[in-house]
Amino acid sequence: MTKKLSKTTSILSINGAQALIKCLESFGVEYIWGLSGGAAIPIFDALVGSKIKLILVRHEQGATHMADGYARATGKPGVVLVTSGPGATNTVTGILTALMDSVPIIVLCGQTISPMLGKDAFQEADISGITMPIVKHSYLIKETNAIPRIIKEAWHICQTGRPGPVLLDLPKDITSAPFTGITLDPEMDIPGYKVPPQPHKADVIKMAKMFKGSKKPLLLVGHGAVIARASEAIKKLAEKLNAPVTNTLLGKGAFPETHPLSLGMLGMHGTAYSNKALINCDLILSIGSRWDDRINGNNNEFCVNAKKLHIDIDSAEINKIVKPDAWIVGNAKDVVEKLVKYTQPLDTKEWLTELAYYRKEFPLKYSNDKGLTAQYVIDCCYKVTGGKAVVATDVGQHQMWAAQFFLTDHGNDWLSSGGAGTMGFGFPAAIGAQFGRPKELVIAIVGDGGFQMTLSELATVFVNKLPVKVLIIDNKYLGMVRQWQELFFENRLSGVDLEGNPNFTKLAESYGIKSFHIHQVGHCHDIMQEAMTYHGPCVIHAEVIKEGNVFPMVPAGKSAFHMIIEAPTEKLEKPSGST
Amino acid sequence: MNKPNIHTISVLVANKPGVLVRIALVFARRGYNIDSLVVSPTVNPRFSRMTITAKGDPETLEQIIKNAAKLIDVIHCGEHDLTHSIEKELALFKIKASYAAKAFINKHSRKFHVKINDASQSYLIIEQTGTTAELDEFEGLIKKYDLVEMVRTGKVLMAKGKEST
Repeated sequence: MTKKLSKTTSILSINGAQALIKCLESFGVEYIWGLSGGAAIPIFDALVGSKIKLILVRHEQGATHMADGYARATGKPGVVLVTSGPGATNTVTGILTALMDSVPIIVLCGQTISPMLGKDAFQEADISGITMPIVKHSYLIKETNAIPRIIKEAWHICQTGRPGPVLLDLPKDITSAPFTGITLDPEMDIPGYKVPPQPHKADVIKMAKMFKGSKKPLLLVGHGAVIARASEAIKKLAEKLNAPVTNTLLGKGAFPETHPLSLGMLGMHGTAYSNKALINCDLILSIGSRWDDRINGNNNEFCVNAKKLHIDIDSAEINKIVKPDAWIVGNAKDVVEKLVKYTQPLDTKEWLTELAYYRKEFPLKYSNDKGLTAQYVIDCCYKVTGGKAVVATDVGQHQMWAAQFFLTDHGNDWLSSGGAGTMGFGFPAAIGAQFGRPKELVIAIVGDGGFQMTLSELATVFVNKLPVKVLIIDNKYLGMVRQWQELFFENRLSGVDLEGNPNFTKLAESYGIKSFHIHQVGHCHDIMQEAMTYHGPCVIHAEVIKEGNVFPMVPAGKSAFHMIIEAPTEKLEKPSGST
Repeated sequence: MNKPNIHTISVLVANKPGVLVRIALVFARRGYNIDSLVVSPTVNPRFSRMTITAKGDPETLEQIIKNAAKLIDVIHCGEHDLTHSIEKELALFKIKASYAAKAFINKHSRKFHVKINDASQSYLIIEQTGTTAELDEFEGLIKKYDLVEMVRTGKVLMAKGKEST
């Protein structure tokens, strides 16, 4: 494609919206997820005949999660296009979700014409103002000729350093006006934006020295390791050190969970043995995790006897929660690759034996004595697929059970809203992932509550013939809150009973989508097998026991010492931590 | 010289709309109260300088500086220690004119770098340039003479020697 345009041709042939779309095409954008509206019509018009495929969603929140799921599953930024006012405000939840989990998305919002800005025009919302605290960066575009520079900057900013959402507020007169610039590939103008450089050798050596003499090392891998594609490097480091590895919820797949050194997920609902490792380790290295309160619990009791090392691409994460003994600001892959060179194997035989004991004594477990459990359904799904699937989850109990029982071996195969905890995320995220990886099995594991927040995207699945599998874990409750109310609020249930759920199989069929129903233990495996090999989209409605609880559990605000491994028999005090 | 937990932060920013809001949000989110804020041009017209004084604990300040520095429109951001920089602030005080007041001002003009800037309609406008502490001290004294209004610019600061502000 020729990017240089002569002034005369540009005046005659192209407006701001067309310049925008041409730039996105030149970046290799395949899809835009959007919902049209008055102020965005010029941009939708520019998409007619474009090689970028416009995917019409049913609600703007769905579009943001699709772009997010696409980005998490492929590593490429996802692009959203919505109109002004309510169209723009409906993206807020999706933008927060992407920010909290460092996901590169670009949100293009139509806006009222610039002379009407601030005059309460029809469908006017100050979306740049509204989203300012939840974007990596944003632009209110005032000049048509600035569009190519701004979209180029946005494309660069959203995916470099610590990725995040970038929003463009595009007044209709600006997108409609002729583009008279001389190039669609101008220089960027972001002198304040710096991506961390390669790590300094001296810092790596300093960190490597910390490992000397450690008998109980623990590697903690987070989403930063997935984003940096540091898996191979981490595997080399873990195997060289003979160190066990635990992962955060979003770090699933950064180190294969089927690897003998993997302890699986740690934290509030992590495995008992990973939390035991956290309590007993003498050194912990966080690779791309931000010591989130779900794993840290209580900072005063967190790994008190361990040396703490921290690798993060974002310098603001250093010292935010944990004061590390050594740290390196940089890309996880770059740092770990160098670290492998300067570290020596450790004698961890006793440590691994100790952890093997915990693993044997306190395994993840469930029983179908009282009826079909969610854990069993998810376990079936894992076994039937051999774990070879991209899994997107919603938020709540099913999310934790999926994290525990659906092991993940590859980064980018696990999509879950961790930081924001956005219900309604899982299903559209799976749709986005399926667009990005059309040949692979993509499963949305959702709860009956969260699914109802974005189920209108069943139409998007149908129209685009996407073979997404939607596994609804239906316990007829907002189960995680019910669990808290049972354990900490004397079982006073308030606002958790999902009376009035639709018939999910009929619902799917009304959208023209195949459905399956699982309600008995004996049939679960066979139906799951059939559903997972079905050619085309399907909804699997699994009705599970209503009052299952997620264990192990570390009450919010407590350290891993206070982990509850099995259902308690005595009353628990109310948790002090955040949610 | 500085009261404990009062910090002076200098931020060099790109001259773009919304940058002030972005910076203010970084402070507000973490419970920091901005005492004064001065936005001014720099040698390079593409950039502006913000000099911010704010109260709060040092650990939170570290987070604030890092998060402000992370903003795309921020070129750099740092706290300044007053032993390695020059600070100045300008104040205007309006008082009711009286012989006593005039005599007081004449007596102290050198010590506090003050001068009478306007003396119309039986009011005096006194101008003072100095450090924030000097302005605070003079304000305490001038209060006795029917102080009607006061305007202060907020602190500006420049790093000494070759260090950039």
